[in-house]
Amino acid sequence: MPKLTIDGIAVEVPNGATVMQACELAGKEIPRFCYHERLSIAGNCRMCLVEQEKSPKPIASCAMPATEGMVIHTDTPMVKKARHGVMEFLLINHPLDCPICDQGGECDLQDQAMAYGYDRSRYLENKRAVADKNLGPIIKTYMNRCIHCTRCVRFADEVAGVPELGAFGRGEHMEVGTYVEAALTSELSGNLVDLCPVGALTAKPYAFIARPWELKKTASIDVMDAVGSHIRIDARGEEVMRVLPRRQDDINEEWISDKTRHAVDGLMRRRLDRPWLRDAQGVMQRSDWETVLAFLATKLKTTAPKRIAALTGDLVDGEQIFALKTLMSQLGVTNLDGRGDEYGLGGDAGLAAAAGWRFNSGFAGIDQADALLLIGTNPRIEAAVVNARIRRRYLKGKFPIGLIGERPPATHDLTYHYEHLGIDAVVLDALLAASDGFAAKLAAAQKPMIIIGSQVFAHGGAIRRRKLMQLVEKFNLVREGWNGYNILHRAAARVGALELGFVPATGGLHGREIIKAAQAGDLDMVWLAGVEEFDRGQLGKALVIYQGHHGDRGAEAADVILPGAAYTEKDAIYVNSEGRPQAALRAVFPPGDAREDWKIIRALAGKMGMDLGFDDRDRLREMMAAYNPIFAAMGCLPPANWGDYVAAVKSEAARAVAEAQNPAPAFHHAMADFYQTCAISRASPTLQNCSRLFVRGEKIDDKMEAEAVYG
Amino acid sequence: MLQEKDKIFTNLYGFQDWQLKGAKSRGDWDGTDKLLAKGGAWLMEEVKNSGLRGRGGAGFSTGMKWSLMAKPVAGVPRYLVVNADEGEPGTCKDRDIMRHDPHKLVEGCLIACYALQAETCYIYIRGEFVREAEHLQTAIDEAYAAGYLGKNACRSGFKCDVYIHRGAGAYICGEETALIESLEGRKGQPRLKPPFPGGQGLYGAPTTVNNVESIAVIPTILRRGAAWFAGLGRPKNSGTKIFCISGHVNKPCNVEEEMGIPLRDLIDKHAGGVRGGWDNLLAVIPGGSSVPVLPKSICDTVLMDFDSLREVRSGLGTAAVIVMDKSTDIVRAIARLSKFYMHESCGQCTPCREGTGWMWRVMERLVVGNARPDEIDMLEDVSRQIEGHTICALGDAAAWPIQGLIRHFRPELEARMEQARLRNAA
Repeated sequence: MPKLTIDGIAVEVPNGATVMQACELAGKEIPRFCYHERLSIAGNCRMCLVEQEKSPKPIASCAMPATEGMVIHTDTPMVKKARHGVMEFLLINHPLDCPICDQGGECDLQDQAMAYGYDRSRYLENKRAVADKNLGPIIKTYMNRCIHCTRCVRFADEVAGVPELGAFGRGEHMEVGTYVEAALTSELSGNLVDLCPVGALTAKPYAFIARPWELKKTASIDVMDAVGSHIRIDARGEEVMRVLPRRQDDINEEWISDKTRHAVDGLMRRRLDRPWLRDAQGVMQRSDWETVLAFLATKLKTTAPKRIAALTGDLVDGEQIFALKTLMSQLGVTNLDGRGDEYGLGGDAGLAAAAGWRFNSGFAGIDQADALLLIGTNPRIEAAVVNARIRRRYLKGKFPIGLIGERPPATHDLTYHYEHLGIDAVVLDALLAASDGFAAKLAAAQKPMIIIGSQVFAHGGAIRRRKLMQLVEKFNLVREGWNGYNILHRAAARVGALELGFVPATGGLHGREIIKAAQAGDLDMVWLAGVEEFDRGQLGKALVIYQGHHGDRGAEAADVILPGAAYTEKDAIYVNSEGRPQAALRAVFPPGDAREDWKIIRALAGKMGMDLGFDDRDRLREMMAAYNPIFAAMGCLPPANWGDYVAAVKSEAARAVAEAQNPAPAFHHAMADFYQTCAISRASPTLQNCSRLFVRGEKIDDKMEAEAVYG
Repeated sequence: MLQEKDKIFTNLYGFQDWQLKGAKSRGDWDGTDKLLAKGGAWLMEEVKNSGLRGRGGAGFSTGMKWSLMAKPVAGVPRYLVVNADEGEPGTCKDRDIMRHDPHKLVEGCLIACYALQAETCYIYIRGEFVREAEHLQTAIDEAYAAGYLGKNACRSGFKCDVYIHRGAGAYICGEETALIESLEGRKGQPRLKPPFPGGQGLYGAPTTVNNVESIAVIPTILRRGAAWFAGLGRPKNSGTKIFCISGHVNKPCNVEEEMGIPLRDLIDKHAGGVRGGWDNLLAVIPGGSSVPVLPKSICDTVLMDFDSLREVRSGLGTAAVIVMDKSTDIVRAIARLSKFYMHESCGQCTPCREGTGWMWRVMERLVVGNARPDEIDMLEDVSRQIEGHTICALGDAAAWPIQGLIRHFRPELEARMEQARLRNAA
């Protein structure tokens, strides 16, 4: 613990801290461009120079380790002069185009020039011109503005794991780019825009459409995957203009995936802004709330509960799930399923205990783990920011990684080395029998970890849970102070549905049975709450009610459409893979007649003369918390009882034996196209472009990109 | 003047056989095993006592550098890297060593490796030195064949491998950490210090980087004794040094001389004097392009060693003496150096990347007088904003020649502006 003196203030810093950190501890602001907490230290911008006593030259505080007895000054003429000098050098070749620069108003260079720069230029020569690079549909470049801090290069290298960016050329001819022009193939590339301290890298879909000071900022939660990234929604009027990450060290640190960032331009497209009803001729007609609710109230009352089913989709919030569940339970409907991937696992005891569906170590647990086995998952596309965390752990070293499941395609390969153990469940048996190879590595680990993709249980859930339980026992994955058994979900709604018990009630049908029954004509009504996976034909003659916000597959299949609110348009709770309930906040209002989803259900109940027990959101949340106490502790990582899960797996032993008779298929990729996974992302022109370019290998042109910006 | 018997590089001019046979006849590889047998501590102590200061330009004590290398840890490799990326304008000493006396370097590598307990030595040779690399490789092959290098180098039981790595033509790769980066296969950009290479260098392992000349003189120092070497020259500036005299002299040459020889003696005795006589001298850059220029008034008396030249606000650098007579357009000469530094800046640090280009552009205007007198002060100020604010010393090297020019030739700069003003007025 070295002790230093900063401008006469004595501070003590942890071992390994830098002078810059010491200065911050002493309350001294040190300007910087290249330094970023989560990237390696480059020390090349020279903005953070401070004076060290007995050193003839100023030192770069970001890179200098703090040592005992250092005397640092941050406000001497030498330091001022150094900052002035660096600032002047940065500005001589930087275009004075702030009024037309998208970074204007949130630009580090602008801010620091105000604080540390000269008020005029002594540079009389011509400014440098640099050719712009095309980095794909996400990043717009304006390379004249680049100040060569190399944050982008380091991010691509270290965090994203795609070493595609570099600095070529020397001296003032140095340029950042990909050398051979190509789009950056990372799911995290949008973060480069945040990292860039100037306007060299800006968001292409956001180009020239808003200024930061016009935007209303709302702290919220993302639903594009089951990570629950903390985001800031920037809206102007009734339109969400962009999404930026918020810092949450245990979840997304300060990154978000490109889907999270750019799905928002799908929020203004293909929206359901009024109720629709299919008329007697089978044609969808515009309708109004009064009519559809009256129609539904009658239908629900006159239909036998046994002939009604409800499914929830990938983007629904906790309130909606719970309201729908309350409504259905009161009606006596037992055919409920909200488990998406696990359709077909109806009545599984194995899904009765929270430890069986959560990411028990917590995402932050990856930092402590010392061996990792991935089973049937590709975290790079299923949870891109979690993958970045795995990569960081991997880069620290001594972290063997194994993979059971289909090998990721070259375009979405994991960003670290792994041992590919095989593609199907047989490998689990081999692993259970082996004592060498990867098994030895797993056995030697102090904090071993397995991450299981949720689709692993889509077939033969009980037998696979049983196998995995043996794995847990053999490798001691669950031990004092450590639970290394983790399920990684892909949909934001999934864990919420499980935590709120949106699963078949006693005697009820599960997802796959519901579909079969509907096809066979055994169901009269199917309520699809944001479920997109069905075609009309799959649901037979049943009356299909679609409650959701986008005119996507689900709406196509529907007879009644109840327009709901997207995640930016409601105060709602989402539970991420870890089982952490988090509250999203409303940034804008839903369009047209669309309403918050729980209100629709409440209104319908009112129409039917039913009392669901709540009239407002607060009461609804109280009821949720009463049902499952995790909802009382928002934002907290809830403890899960492992013993319950062990017992649950034991109780389905008979089923496991039965399932063992039918060989289950290999662990295939659940997600073919990272960019097109939900109604919102499918409606987003930016993500459509990404999909064309990165997944389908097609070319995209300027027109397609312009579509993303101007519609 | 250095006596013939005290010269280390006896085949500097290549009049004799450069290969093993010739080298042995000049005393190389003579009793190397006995030197090694005295132990690493003794070797290090001798080098320290000899007062040898690094010949690559910075003049840091070689023995001190060796002793600053991290202590050996089992399982962690250690490296000696020889910097043969000689690119400083005006300098051509290492080239002649490798061309005509490569065995001195190879033997020095073995001894240094032994003293540092480094089993591997890389010689990073400038890419343009094609024949030199061939000679050096031949010398290394001969040394392996003779059992001087390899598993049991000189029957010492010590394993020593020497490899040549050829550079790709970047001046900055002569900076020790940039050289290490380049050697690792990356873009040659200087690293932040600390950590110093002695702690974490090549591939993160302890590494010592020495100049060719520093390594090549070591076998002779050890054979003849540290006292002999320390007895030459002045205190703290001891030994002999190869001076590269170029420019407006009658007989440009490389010559090995005693440190501290008066500059005038050096030019007159070895280079046949300044073209047109001493009085025709305008200025001398005494240590390669990076150090400030000295006007004739200083050249009259200055001694050629580290400390004397520092006293006159210049430096010995690589001891590349660039002589300019009165026919020289001194502003243009310095402007050309500015262009060189702009071209060779790696582009990493802001001040150097942006400042070198700025200074060059101003210099180009100063050449024709197209500037205002206050821009001289601005240029000086800009050079001060670069100097000392960068990761490596290239920023300093770019600033010093201009500072030297302004310090000694300001009237010349102002006269040109006046001429240009009159020209334009006419």
